[in-house]
Amino acid sequence: MIRRTGPLVAVAAAAALLLSACGAGGRPSEGTGGGDAAASDVGITTTSVKIGGHFPLTGVAAPGYSEIPTGMKAYFDYVNAAGGVNGRKIEFIYKDDAYNPTQTSQVVNELVLQEQVFAIMGGLGTPTHSAVLDYLNAEGVPDLFVSSGSLLWDQPTKNPQTFGWQPDYEVEAKIIGQYVSKNFPNAKVGLFLQDDDLGRDAEKGARTFLDKQIVAAERYTPGNTDVAPQIAALQAAGADLVIGFNVPSYTALSQLVSLRLNYKPQWMYSNIGADPTLVGSLLARFSEGKVTDAGLLEGMISTRYLPTVDDPQNPWIQLFQKVWDASGADGELSNFRVYGMSEAYTFVSALQAAGPNPTRKGIVEAIQKTGKSWKGPWLAPFRYSADRHAGISGVGVTRITGGKTERLTPVFVTDNGTAPITESTEPPSVPPASGIPEVAPAG
Amino acid sequence: MAAPTKDTEVGVPPAAAGRFAAFTRRMPSSTLGKHALTLLVAFVVVVLVLELTGPFRNSQFATMAYYGIAAAGLTVLTGVNGQISLGHGALMAVGAYTTGLMLAAEIPLLVTMLGAMAVTAAVGAVVGVAAARLHGPYLAGATLALAVGLPGLAIYFDHWLGGEQGMRIPSPQMPAWFSDAIYFLSATEASSAKYLAYIGWVTLLVVLFLLANLMAGRTGRVWRAVRDDEVAAELAGIPLGKVRVLAFVVSAACAGIAGAVLGIVVRLAAPSGFTIVLSLGLLTAVVVGGLGSLVGALLGSALLVFLPPFVTNVGTDIGLDNTQAAQLAPFVYGAVLVLVMLLAPSGAVGVLKKLLKKLWIGRSTRRTG
Repeated sequence: MIRRTGPLVAVAAAAALLLSACGAGGRPSEGTGGGDAAASDVGITTTSVKIGGHFPLTGVAAPGYSEIPTGMKAYFDYVNAAGGVNGRKIEFIYKDDAYNPTQTSQVVNELVLQEQVFAIMGGLGTPTHSAVLDYLNAEGVPDLFVSSGSLLWDQPTKNPQTFGWQPDYEVEAKIIGQYVSKNFPNAKVGLFLQDDDLGRDAEKGARTFLDKQIVAAERYTPGNTDVAPQIAALQAAGADLVIGFNVPSYTALSQLVSLRLNYKPQWMYSNIGADPTLVGSLLARFSEGKVTDAGLLEGMISTRYLPTVDDPQNPWIQLFQKVWDASGADGELSNFRVYGMSEAYTFVSALQAAGPNPTRKGIVEAIQKTGKSWKGPWLAPFRYSADRHAGISGVGVTRITGGKTERLTPVFVTDNGTAPITESTEPPSVPPASGIPEVAPAG
Repeated sequence: MAAPTKDTEVGVPPAAAGRFAAFTRRMPSSTLGKHALTLLVAFVVVVLVLELTGPFRNSQFATMAYYGIAAAGLTVLTGVNGQISLGHGALMAVGAYTTGLMLAAEIPLLVTMLGAMAVTAAVGAVVGVAAARLHGPYLAGATLALAVGLPGLAIYFDHWLGGEQGMRIPSPQMPAWFSDAIYFLSATEASSAKYLAYIGWVTLLVVLFLLANLMAGRTGRVWRAVRDDEVAAELAGIPLGKVRVLAFVVSAACAGIAGAVLGIVVRLAAPSGFTIVLSLGLLTAVVVGGLGSLVGALLGSALLVFLPPFVTNVGTDIGLDNTQAAQLAPFVYGAVLVLVMLLAPSGAVGVLKKLLKKLWIGRSTRRTG
């Protein structure tokens, strides 16, 4: 009997010891651990600012998108080589989430809890970033300049730490819609939409001006690579101008299907789905080398909100080319790297605006206060304010002509909903001589 | 009183038996008791580990918990019953989406997890009925179709399930008694990462406890019989179909609970989180850990969680840029998988068992010699 109860006694004794050994026993009364300002300086030292981001570096979404953080890094290195911001070097860590929200939540945990970053910067993708939206806002981590055009990032009451960056799909679609109604007033318009927020936001924007001209709106489910029924329906409805609000792979798929159906409308694609280099390589891959970009994309209409690499005379492209060459990294300067560098340029502006002693709270307030007035490679201003966290406010319409991007219109500026569309009156910005923004502290 | 010989394991050399018997004598004699004692010890270890590690490690443990639950369920199906499933990622999706819908309706967490389990078990029963008729590559194909097709439902019913960008899942609030208890234990404020890690590991331990008992009893014996020789099992009066469906249902129920834990840890259920990569990851975890062993499933899921960040960090330390370091992780993972298959086809647990045996024999011969 004694032997049988032996282990029980031992366990009970161990448990009792363990409990009594546990330090606290009870809470001390109020007063300790109150929120002092030091906690908001996570990731900031006298010589460095640590920030992080999540991007698809491997997997299906990696081609193209994986170049964005390399552009950002190159620009931060350039700023660091010139002495950093207020004597602080920017340390940018980017992690791979393979465009999988489960992994996004893991790598963002790693960045926030282990690397102790000051802010998350340029996190890419709508489903991926959605997974960490609540978390970052609950933890009070600045969630700056999300690389996605969803309207989710512009909810300052619910998500006070999160800021969008690129023009949202609705604004872009409004400007495309107005352009079509003015320049193709007799066109029968077909919409080719991704069946999620991208397509929904865009359809809302497009219908503001084109409701009467639209003869068909066809939706595809992302992941289903057969878009023949949708394209055939557009053809059957007699649409002679098709606007696609879709990701790059579906630009390539829709082009290949319409080639097979001998369907030749005027094609328009939103900016997100229209990078000629990426779509060209996708076309070559999907058609197993039978099609190259040259013929199919000719005459395609799209939009721009950043300078593009096929315009080497642009002073911003010249700056970014210099930055990219100085970084010594492999590969060419691409539009994705320009995108990354432009985001990095925005972050440097924000850090300057946050003043000599940036805090998490301070940088959010600084963006709200002065973000609207920052100058940079973006063609239309940001819409940041205390009650708006929306990014770039407009786009210009372009056409692919002879493999180059040709400007069809000046830059138009607008906002969500019924806001009017106006022509941007600002002269095109030029980079400062140093290539580094010169934003005054907002405080 | 001398150690009853029936307690000593067959195969242990007599010289070691005396030592071994001293240990077994102190263990409870019933399987249930043994498992309960292990559960208790494991719980104490989990508390110690979670209290001694920081919030980031806590969050990694939370991740490991849901992989562990799903892998344990899969190892029962594949290792013990001999059915392969490439569709467990999809079953986890069922659990995660059910959790999202139920938590959004403000149903308590425990009820939600049981609900997720029940719904997934029901789906598993349907799949299991089909699976029971299929063998080898055909079964792999059928479950593969599940992995590819099921997440598509979330995109098709996007108004209801959130489509491509996913359905946000409200993370359960930490109850006051929990943070008080943590404060009592370690004098630190409990973080939400810690709370989620506790939910994950308590669930994992309960699941492992139940599975271990199931495997040790008649059900486990019947499953193994069906795996080893169908004809002999059928001759012995075992209804093959029923047994197979039951294994699938149990395994699916685990995947459902894993999905529920995943949902509250990730705070989102999105189709891109439940691709075929997840299903294959679970299968590799089970195989690398050691097919049919619950400990192996745990080891395998630890590898899934801890290896990629470790490799990435080693990569950045030796001077690779972040992109190259990220690309190193899948490469090393693949290399580890190939090496395990070549050098230790019985998985990590198989190697451990072999080492222990050698150690034992070495010692006993030294003592006798």
